[in-house]
Amino acid sequence: MDMDWGYLFEVSLTSVMGGGLYALAGLAFVMVYKATRVVNLAIGEMLMAGSYLFFTFAAMWALPLWLAIPAAVLASGVLGAVIERTMIRPLLGEPPISAFMVTIGLGSVLVGLVEMIWSADQRRLPDFLPTQAITVGDAFLAPKIFWGAVIASVFITAVLLVFRYWRGGVALRATASDQAAAYAVGINVPRVFSLSWVVSAMLAAVSGIIVGSIGGISSSMGVFGLTVLVVVIVGGLDSVLGALVAGLLVGLVEGLAGAYLGGEYKLLATFIVLVFILMVRPYGLFGTREIERL
Amino acid sequence: MAIENPLIRCENVTVSASGKKLVEDVTFELGPGKFVALIGPNGAGKTSLFNTISGFYRPSQGHITFKGQDITRIPAPRRAKMGLGRSFQNIALFRGMTVLDNIKLGRHAHLKTNVFDALLYLGRARREEAELRRDVEERIIDFLEIDHIRHAPVSALSYGLQKRVEMARALAMQPEILMLDEPVAGMNREETEDMARFILDVRAEWGVTVLMVEHDMGMVMDLSDHVVVLNFGQVIARGTPAQVQADPEVARAYLGSGNVDELRERLRAAARPRAEAA
Repeated sequence: MDMDWGYLFEVSLTSVMGGGLYALAGLAFVMVYKATRVVNLAIGEMLMAGSYLFFTFAAMWALPLWLAIPAAVLASGVLGAVIERTMIRPLLGEPPISAFMVTIGLGSVLVGLVEMIWSADQRRLPDFLPTQAITVGDAFLAPKIFWGAVIASVFITAVLLVFRYWRGGVALRATASDQAAAYAVGINVPRVFSLSWVVSAMLAAVSGIIVGSIGGISSSMGVFGLTVLVVVIVGGLDSVLGALVAGLLVGLVEGLAGAYLGGEYKLLATFIVLVFILMVRPYGLFGTREIERL
Repeated sequence: MAIENPLIRCENVTVSASGKKLVEDVTFELGPGKFVALIGPNGAGKTSLFNTISGFYRPSQGHITFKGQDITRIPAPRRAKMGLGRSFQNIALFRGMTVLDNIKLGRHAHLKTNVFDALLYLGRARREEAELRRDVEERIIDFLEIDHIRHAPVSALSYGLQKRVEMARALAMQPEILMLDEPVAGMNREETEDMARFILDVRAEWGVTVLMVEHDMGMVMDLSDHVVVLNFGQVIARGTPAQVQADPEVARAYLGSGNVDELRERLRAAARPRAEAA
């Protein structure tokens, strides 16, 4: 059988770029898990909420894009703060399963709210990504995927820098490492929890806006979160590096399966990766062993 | 006997957890510059009282004041910033970070750099970092003789060294009161003696007030100027090490009942080699 290397290259490149969005959403998940040890099953729905907020500002209120995007991201940050304060904080000290269950409920609530306010119909987001085709060598790249990946990498880099050098980032890492010690050196641990939810919700909103502008938005776009969960489990729940690597890996596997086997094999392929990784490294590619406690 | 202007004052402090009183109606004062040891049998409430003072537990009754200000309702991180630096009975270090990073985190609450300063590494960030480095590297690290391990991950260190790093981190907090929860628990003779020397040196160099929970009687008798004895959450004796040592009530608490003289002899034996060494 003749292998079309050019096609393979094109598919791989597109898939890895698509994986950039998984990486960004995975980062949003890890942010919360690392700081608070809460498994946020509503990550896909938070993505959806961000994209609907953008839809409201940009399409319904007709705000200019430079205003609508930051407004949607900020509003999502507020949503993150509210979720943390009203649903997660009261469960502090309860067994992890409680918060876990609450996030399942949160997902349903967000879907319900979206259907009540915007109906369950599929919507289109206003086009804001350039539509000029991108070519790398002979490979043709869908412009939306390309620009989506660019935006995702800009945000990922920004988050990594901020959390490397800013005091708040140091506080978050310290809290993730040892809460009692963080408390004792004067770190306001509840505020760190709050911060992690705000940042996570904002990152989820950014990925939601990109995902939505590539494929449209609907009340069922939360299923994207399913793949994000695969990504963070493969990468290791508490590993930022893991989320990034696994995001690209899962994107690649999914893309290759879609191109060579057919679209219906995409999920199957990602879950095979998940099962395989869990067999070889039960705590993920880069996760800490401690997670086994869960 | 009331001390004038105590640094810490606990007034009728009671701490309960699930219906059980861990600390009951404890009143005591910690004067500036003093070295006070909290002792008592296992489960006497020493660590509970300690945690209440540092803000990890909330008392169900009573008040705690710091330099005359009521801090009963103030959360632990703010007390840390006010000048209460503590260590933990079971070491609480930031695993996965180096010794230097751990110690520098002690200064966290005092830094003012915001996100933009930090990213651009300008002005304030640069100045604060330089100041922190000077203080931490030249003073604390040298002083506690942990220079050789500054870039080592803390999880790779021996127990004794981890305890020392924890004390270094507490010192980086620029505390007025250094609170040590069993600083020599689980240490061998040599490590214990090193630690005792470091605590005395730190006190002389920084002039901090020390509140220590400790089981090692030799250590308590040698280092402290004042001893508070707890049993079943209540203060049963207080005074100088010698007074407490002679108190039959204290001996009874440790033994349950029975032979008071034997315990007294044991306490004396524990204190003797140290006194000779010093």
